[in-house]
Amino acid sequence: MPLFLSTSSGDVPPLPDGAAARAWRALEHALDRACGVEDNPLRQLGGLGFYLFWLIAITGGYLYIFYDTSVEGAYASVEALTRGQWWAGGVMHSLHRYASDAFVAVIVLHLVRELMLGRFRGFRWYSWVSGVPTLWLALAAGVIGYWMVWDTIALFVATATAEWFGALPGFGPALVRNFIFEGAVSDRFFSLVVFLHIGLPLVLLLAMWAHVQRLTRPQTGASRAVVLWSLGAMLALSLTEPALSGPPANLVRLPASLPIDWFYLAPLTAIYATSPELVWAVSMGLTLLLTVAPWLGAPARPAPAEVVPQYCNGCRRCFADCPFAAIAMAPHPGGEGEIAVVDADRCASCGICAGSCPSSVPFRPGARLVSGIDLPDLTVGVLRDELDAAFRQPGAAGATLVFACRHGAMPAVRPELVVFGLPCAGMLPPSFVEYGLRAGAAGVAVATCGQGDCEYRFGVRWTLERLAGRREPRLRRGVDRTRLAVIHARREDRAALEAQIESFRSRLAATGAGSTAGGVRRHIFGGNGHG
Amino acid sequence: MANTVLRYGGQAILYLLFAAFVGYFSTAPAYQHLAPGEALLRLSFRHPGQLTTDCRPRSAEELAKLPPQLRAQMECPRERSPVHVRVELDGKVLYDETFQPAGLRRDGAASGYHRLPIPAGDHVLRVQFNDDIRVKGFNHEGERQMKVVPGQVVLIDFIPDQGGVVIR
Repeated sequence: MPLFLSTSSGDVPPLPDGAAARAWRALEHALDRACGVEDNPLRQLGGLGFYLFWLIAITGGYLYIFYDTSVEGAYASVEALTRGQWWAGGVMHSLHRYASDAFVAVIVLHLVRELMLGRFRGFRWYSWVSGVPTLWLALAAGVIGYWMVWDTIALFVATATAEWFGALPGFGPALVRNFIFEGAVSDRFFSLVVFLHIGLPLVLLLAMWAHVQRLTRPQTGASRAVVLWSLGAMLALSLTEPALSGPPANLVRLPASLPIDWFYLAPLTAIYATSPELVWAVSMGLTLLLTVAPWLGAPARPAPAEVVPQYCNGCRRCFADCPFAAIAMAPHPGGEGEIAVVDADRCASCGICAGSCPSSVPFRPGARLVSGIDLPDLTVGVLRDELDAAFRQPGAAGATLVFACRHGAMPAVRPELVVFGLPCAGMLPPSFVEYGLRAGAAGVAVATCGQGDCEYRFGVRWTLERLAGRREPRLRRGVDRTRLAVIHARREDRAALEAQIESFRSRLAATGAGSTAGGVRRHIFGGNGHG
Repeated sequence: MANTVLRYGGQAILYLLFAAFVGYFSTAPAYQHLAPGEALLRLSFRHPGQLTTDCRPRSAEELAKLPPQLRAQMECPRERSPVHVRVELDGKVLYDETFQPAGLRRDGAASGYHRLPIPAGDHVLRVQFNDDIRVKGFNHEGERQMKVVPGQVVLIDFIPDQGGVVIR
């Protein structure tokens, strides 16, 4: 059975797709229409989270300058800053508050997105698992922040937190006594709170740094449009609904109704609705579930890329192109230069490395094409063999050759098309375009998945840059670009893909391309033993 | 041009909706910590109960079995009594619980914390403690007539130096 070639018998079907993934993509595509792919906030939730973190840090730094770490001064200093200096300190206070709320919303959305798109299993386990503590740390840092104001909400939060932790064996019910007696809270308490409110975000930053360690070129910021729009929205909110403190903390009076921040304090209210023990059980259960999620019902992982030492010249292209930092360079066992080394645990088996390898050139002589780095189950050698076999079929000459990403739309099989499905468009070495044309194709269409939808982050980008000659390996300048079409087709847009292929075929027919393709094919293959 | 206007308009609506979402849930809906017209009784104490048994002299045989450096004349078990607390409001038992001493040898202090929402108004609050397992009933008691207003917090503590049960 062909591994790449899509035939009428139904080989190489699109990859299975869940309802959750379809729903999330539909939401993203809807926002694409308003924001554009590049500036769609849903497509850069991780980067937006980093941006909000820095916004919180900067505004928090300003507030810290004026904050008084004493029982008497804490509330008064925040009030003086918020009301006496509303145009600066007040706005900073509000921005600090609302950016922190948005931070939690963005983290949760980021988690939901990866969950719905199924991007938490297999090679992505590390990024997923390392993201779980960030949720806890973000919540902890925010909750501690509410203590600093020392208003009625602060007292409620401090007491509720102590009650919640008091249910744990190591703390005990006496913990809450630190907050319910006159004189129990001292100036040193506020120094401790400041230490925690600065220390926890630093630990959070460390966790965020660890979270992106298995990504090449991680997105640690948002696009300019997203930055400006979100900052504008937060500023507008800060000016229209400034974040204000409640009445000062009073140990003998507790308002029946509290305007709490649900982004951070919802778990604390749950301890009164249920019990602290149950909230701990649910929190720990959810954390455990999130932590083990990558291994629950996980399908078998495809074989990782393998390096063939005699064909690896240490050029570093795969090292540069791998989206998941799965490739390192090491001294070549042959004693000279370097060799690529694949970390199997990080490998996505996307084939982008094979597409980048200078030895993945189908014109190389030899009965068997072996690349310096390749997917053992889907080699470029097999791709060449199947391409040869397809164009050896009677009537194949003059057909349109389609290399399609299996995560995008796949065209229906019909006689005038020869379709190869790839795990990622980035697996396609550009020289296969020229090879296909010489094999007899009237034209070559490279169908990537939709812009912004790339399952492997850089597959579309690298493909475009390679075919445009801006990135190694480049498509040779002499190749007739009129016989090449690059089509971005989302999985749901099969009809649009078909229409673009037909349009391409019409253009080819108008220029008479492919009429002599068969002759070219015989000439090339006669010369290298593959005819 | 029309597309640009639509695009900017769409983004403005999107971000304003997000800001509205953040702004709303940042303070609303208000959390009803106590029902209207309720006050709060807070029971909180940390107190080591009395030792469960008195010291007794060791016999010569018992002393002989011990290593020389451990041959103390008196044996004093360290286990402490649990603390039994009962809270009555207007003659009705509101809360009745026994708190065990901390520690593997049960030789630490017993700690307790409990929230008891009560209706505001005039009440007679009676709190009883028993910190000695050898005493039947309760060996400490405090009672107070009080008028509590909605949202008021009344704290019940146990401080031996201040006479035992403290209501404030």
